[in-house]
Amino acid sequence: MISDGSPLPSASGLAWLDASGERPDIVLSTRLRLARNVQGHAFGGRARVNDRAAVLEKVRDAAGRAPLLQGVSVVEISALPRRQARLLMERRLASRELLGSSDGDSRTGAAVVLSPDRPLSVMVNEEDHLRLQTIYSGLNLREAWNLVDSLDEEMGRELPLAYHPEFGFLTSCPTNVGTGLRASVLLHLPALVLTKEIGKVLQGLSQVGLTFRGLHGEGSEVVGNFFQLSNQTTLGRTEEDLVDHLERMVRQVIHYELQAREVLLRDAAAETEDKIWRAYGLLRYARSVSFDELMNLLSGVRLGVGLKLLPGLRVYPLNKIMVFTQPAHLEEVAGRGLSTAEADVHRATYVRRILANEGVVGTESGPGDSSPAADD
Amino acid sequence: MPCDNCGADDPVVKLTRIENDEMRTLHLCRSCAAEKGVEGEAEYDGGPLAEFLAKMGGGFEPSSEKAEGAPSASGSVGCEFCGLTLRQFRDSGRLGCPHCWTAFESHLRGLLRRLQGSHQHAGKVYLSPDPTTPQRRKRLEGLKRKLERAIELEDFERAADLRDQIRELEPTNS
Repeated sequence: MISDGSPLPSASGLAWLDASGERPDIVLSTRLRLARNVQGHAFGGRARVNDRAAVLEKVRDAAGRAPLLQGVSVVEISALPRRQARLLMERRLASRELLGSSDGDSRTGAAVVLSPDRPLSVMVNEEDHLRLQTIYSGLNLREAWNLVDSLDEEMGRELPLAYHPEFGFLTSCPTNVGTGLRASVLLHLPALVLTKEIGKVLQGLSQVGLTFRGLHGEGSEVVGNFFQLSNQTTLGRTEEDLVDHLERMVRQVIHYELQAREVLLRDAAAETEDKIWRAYGLLRYARSVSFDELMNLLSGVRLGVGLKLLPGLRVYPLNKIMVFTQPAHLEEVAGRGLSTAEADVHRATYVRRILANEGVVGTESGPGDSSPAADD
Repeated sequence: MPCDNCGADDPVVKLTRIENDEMRTLHLCRSCAAEKGVEGEAEYDGGPLAEFLAKMGGGFEPSSEKAEGAPSASGSVGCEFCGLTLRQFRDSGRLGCPHCWTAFESHLRGLLRRLQGSHQHAGKVYLSPDPTTPQRRKRLEGLKRKLERAIELEDFERAADLRDQIRELEPTNS
């Protein structure tokens, strides 16, 4: 059974925030997506209104029969208030392209299928007809692959998919063809950035067939020392090979980050500790903060948690802050549109409240606290 | 703030680059960004392709098309199903429909070799609702490979599921 047109479930699709898994201060999430298209219809960019509507109907039918998609909501973008649509994007459940322009006609058939109890979603009528997606907390590539593979099997049984024996699953863009698989892991690498080793690491990764992307703030600038690592090629290797290769490389990068943290503590303990506490202090007391500034401060605090310099603070609230202080989320809570300046104030208020609820962290301890206190 | 490249007002693109282990941010106007091969909204998959296609323009020259036995017109021959021409594909980097993959097969093969290092799919085998015997065989091979891996990883739930799928496909000895 599927429900239709219902408003967006308030906390859906956010299990990846829960900071489970090893080194949650370094690994935020694992995301896998499979690009699939239905036979007999033009792809996203060239699909006519009829195509788009027909694809959505077929997906709706298939979803109704797929065991993994029982109880899902099919949320049509054109039926959503704009702010709710932006919420989906801020939760990584919809792309900017799927939301498209505010012109309703071009959005016919654009939809997101949301599972109530599994980390599964499907974008319908984006660049490809289907983007099956799963996002897990932490480094969880194998489990994520098993889940999205199973969903693919179920959907493929119900829908005739565009497939070519030589090229594999056919996609609109040749960079996705074959497996249609993009596996990515979102990593927080502040020590590699601070020790200026990041360039070498990223360069090395690009030589082994992986790409990286920064997490973008309001501009296209990389903020918060987050990097998304993903497979570059989708053809010529099995899905399992692609996933295993990414996992090995991610583990290597985690290892490098931990080494860089040791270097920081060894060579610049006082500086590092000061940076972390300043970041915490600003977040704890600031009255106005932009999203980009917040992300950079959160990175410092997150590093502090990882280095055990901020006792009592957990990673989960930091993850939550990242998502809930985005513009549409702040507006949703405020119940109205917010100017940039207003959003900065609402953001700071939200962060103070979350950090206050986390309790007061100890202020005079930590392994980096080796230097004597200032003369007092 | 002026464009870091030409000084024009109102830069629209921030380009963050890593050079000599330093992260540097450039503010660029639209035309300078385009010159540097940066797309404005390239946030999602596929962004690098248009850039790649622009650089690899030679790959679509009429001469190479002829060599691969494809129609010789300069990009005006199209997909019969959706009408996309080679020129349009070259401009957008996107195919129009599943049939385009057959219509432009020889070009795509060359492109995929350069882009992906291969043009032969090695991943899961899709079984259409009306499969032929070779399709079934390929699908079975794929499933057996997955089963081996599941056993290796001691993922027995998945292994059981895969065994069911294999049993469904395997020719019965009747």
